[in-house]
Amino acid sequence: MSAAHPDLHQMGVAELGAALHARQTSATEVAQHLLARAHAHSGLGAYLALNEAATLAQAAAADARLSAGERGPLLGVPLAHKDVLVTRDFPTTAGSKMLQGYRSPFDATVVQRFAAAGAVTLGKLNCDEFAMGSGNDQSAYGPAHNPWDRTRVPGGSSGGSAVAVAARLAPAATGTDTGGSIRQPASFCGVTGIKPTYGRCSRYGLVAYASSLDQAGPMARSALDCALLLSAMAGPDLDRDSTSLEQPLEDYSRYLAQPWPGASASRPLQGLRIGLPREFFGPGCASDVLQAVRAALNELERLGATLLDIDLPRTELAIPAYYIIAPAEASSNLSRYDGVRYGHRAAQPSDLLDLYQRSRSEAFGPEVQRRILLGTYVLSHGYYDAYYLKAQQIRRLIAQDFQAAFAQCDLIAGPVAPSVAWAIGAKTADPLAAYLADIYTLPASLAGLPGMSVPAGFGADHLPVGLQLIGNYLSEARLLQVAHQLQRVSDWHTRTPPPFTPCPGSHS
Amino acid sequence: MSAPLVQGYEVVIGFETHAQLATRSKIFSRAPTAFGAEPNTQACAVDLALPGTLPVMNREAVACAIRFGLAVGAHIAPRSVFARKNYFYPDLPKGYQISQYEIPVVQGGSVAFELAGAARTVRLVRAHLEEDAGKSLHQDFHGMSGIDLNRAGTPLLEIVTEPDLRSSAEAVAYAKALHQLVTWIGICDGNMQEGSFRCDANVSVRRPGAPLGTRREIKNLNSFKFMQQAIDYELRWQIERLQDGYAIEQATVLFDPDSGQTRAMRSKEDAADYRYFPCPDLPPLCIAPQWVEQLRAELPELPRAMAARFMADYGLPEYDAATLTQSPQMAAYFEAVVAATGQALAKSASNWIMGEVSRRLNAEERDIAQAPVSAALLAALLSRIGDQTVSNNAAKQVLDALWSQPPAAEAADAAACLACVDAVIAAKGLKQVSDSGALQAIVEQVLAANAKNVAEYRAGKEKAFNAFVGQVMKASQGKADPARVNALLKQLLGA
Repeated sequence: MSAAHPDLHQMGVAELGAALHARQTSATEVAQHLLARAHAHSGLGAYLALNEAATLAQAAAADARLSAGERGPLLGVPLAHKDVLVTRDFPTTAGSKMLQGYRSPFDATVVQRFAAAGAVTLGKLNCDEFAMGSGNDQSAYGPAHNPWDRTRVPGGSSGGSAVAVAARLAPAATGTDTGGSIRQPASFCGVTGIKPTYGRCSRYGLVAYASSLDQAGPMARSALDCALLLSAMAGPDLDRDSTSLEQPLEDYSRYLAQPWPGASASRPLQGLRIGLPREFFGPGCASDVLQAVRAALNELERLGATLLDIDLPRTELAIPAYYIIAPAEASSNLSRYDGVRYGHRAAQPSDLLDLYQRSRSEAFGPEVQRRILLGTYVLSHGYYDAYYLKAQQIRRLIAQDFQAAFAQCDLIAGPVAPSVAWAIGAKTADPLAAYLADIYTLPASLAGLPGMSVPAGFGADHLPVGLQLIGNYLSEARLLQVAHQLQRVSDWHTRTPPPFTPCPGSHS
Repeated sequence: MSAPLVQGYEVVIGFETHAQLATRSKIFSRAPTAFGAEPNTQACAVDLALPGTLPVMNREAVACAIRFGLAVGAHIAPRSVFARKNYFYPDLPKGYQISQYEIPVVQGGSVAFELAGAARTVRLVRAHLEEDAGKSLHQDFHGMSGIDLNRAGTPLLEIVTEPDLRSSAEAVAYAKALHQLVTWIGICDGNMQEGSFRCDANVSVRRPGAPLGTRREIKNLNSFKFMQQAIDYELRWQIERLQDGYAIEQATVLFDPDSGQTRAMRSKEDAADYRYFPCPDLPPLCIAPQWVEQLRAELPELPRAMAARFMADYGLPEYDAATLTQSPQMAAYFEAVVAATGQALAKSASNWIMGEVSRRLNAEERDIAQAPVSAALLAALLSRIGDQTVSNNAAKQVLDALWSQPPAAEAADAAACLACVDAVIAAKGLKQVSDSGALQAIVEQVLAANAKNVAEYRAGKEKAFNAFVGQVMKASQGKADPARVNALLKQLLGA
């Protein structure tokens, strides 16, 4: 079926869009090809659910729109959704046994927006349970494997999304980021991912983990593709999400072909000031990661950017602040999973308390239970002021630190994570070690700022390293512009994990 | 405030009232709020707390809270905060209730009312917006409980007083005044049977001058009668307890109307830790001053102000003014009548509305808005009494006729109403005979037929006069105007 276009899975969003417009292929052909690939590489643990009939029906509808002469950058382009975004056509489990087999009666707003743009849903992607984790090893449905080294984690919680994009099972995917869950797996798997400003993409239909931090965003193979996806995803949804920002739609690709304001084509980033937080480049960061990040920064410098040292003095405090605020919200958000209306219900409960206790103990995994306990504790009478309130104060200070930094620079750059992907199981027994590894992504999350991970080469064992770019509020188009300029002069983002480079057809 | 002591104890009562706001849709979703539908037919994905759903504030519920705040002279917080009250219960779908905790939308204010003719005021602490829970149905299933989420997410305004009330009678008078106020400004339908207006009373007693005693909270008082009974029982119970040497323990109690007693549901030790924290799904509620001013301008005249105006403008006694301002509908009806008849007939209009009209409405359990006799029609009838076309007594028969057979097409204007009333008067032959010629003929006949009595009267037997009046009335079949009959008799008898 894919004989005519053996390389369909090598094509990114923009390329596929162009091929579909030129009628060189069809949405149905692309979908069939990628579904076959998803089956062939099921061992990666990327997908939690496929629904071939639904996918092909969507593809046929897209083909009909294409035949009718309609055009659009995502019309007929396939993508897959992280399993915390609810969908009518596919089950939504949030990676939890609690929601095994749960089928939402409605689509998440971002899912709806992609459908309206004519994108075709391939399936639902693995993730840490309720997006709590950074290795995708906390999924109730088994780990996802890093395609660069299957014994390594892909990162998390949007691990399945990063795997699908890196292993060329999908040209793009949605992820969600609460404390780094888009950026860190993008870094670990060598793909491009952006977490928009908090509130830029609707949270309606996003299974809540920590409401004041959760934000959906695209993961793809390039800044260009991310820009195309984000243009469709983002936008106000005030009738359904009160925290949605009242900002008009944007074309996030509008700056991509342009130099930085005032710069020339030969030095397209002339005038761009990039702040490097000293706290991100300290001894806590592995040297192979620092080396790769430095190399990428050197490229940006060659394009004309100015690098300067800045301070984000409360970076370390982001860890305790996050691990108070997020579990506090989670403990409340997850109360609805009580075995009464939907989801797992314990068999033969002896009374109401037994129904609650067993339903929740049986169906929530260890990390989810840990965070519910943490959150319940910090909100308890007598502890609220010392923990939750203090954490909120730190959160405000961190946001202020960023504003002080943005008085000196246009964007901030540094590593995404202090190391490359670790071995599956290496941090399972030591959750604190995993929490500490979130240090570089948490500050932007707490401040609600947009952040992205751009492939920046490789570290130890030829594992990918991401460069993190953090912008001021609503500066996504500028972040994507800078990332795109970097991707014009580098090829790190085009590298494919070795097992996935050979010509397809042999789906094994 | 001097408080009546009960067996040497001062009574201290504070109220928390849940007024269900009269919005079409729920406080955080678009599901309808109508009462009495089949279980779980008025609950949408948000009310069921399906994964991924989020609350969105109902603007009308906020407007209701602002209207209330303006009506009680409270501070409308320009920025208030929604919080989550976390607890597990099967009829609480999210596992938390969205309420307001540290910063409520309505702050302070007071409710004024009368008790036995004396003016009283209760200070309010606050009024805050929150969502209602669903209902657990324990009786409908054998060995199981049913859950009906129709009520889940219904908007409530919780109105909290200072502990200013000093007797059960005062407590009930406050509750009635509050009930009148929330229905008057249209934010609550006030239906207590359906739970639209539910009161919790915090009751304690103390020796005069002593610090506040420990309170017990009587939950869910949904009738004024039970409210008084429950508080009285609770007061007796607490005083006996103290006199027997026990201490009162803080508790939540329920009133059982069958036994007339209160009994403890849970003690303070069982009190849950609700782990309140600001709801991250809802930004702070920010209310623009312009909106408040707009709602202030739209706020109707409040009942107490209106009653004062009725006394000043129409010369009504206080009792009439208070009665006519029990509901905006009744007040509007009264004012429509007076507008048509002119102010001179205001007291007559008041008498007729409080008497004949209300009596008929009460007998038929109807609201004045559904009165078969419109204000215009009543005004026409009162005009006919005023111009002596019918006597007051005969007019009651006219009202009966109009009430049981209202004009098919509502009489369009004053002239049509008069025509309608006149037609009934004519049909029933109730027209007062006030034509001098016709009346004089009757009087002359009566005098001619009673020559002997006339002579006696003229000789000084004045008692005979009343007999002449009676005979003239009889001869006129009751239609003669008694005043004119008197005048004519006096004239013809040459007294």
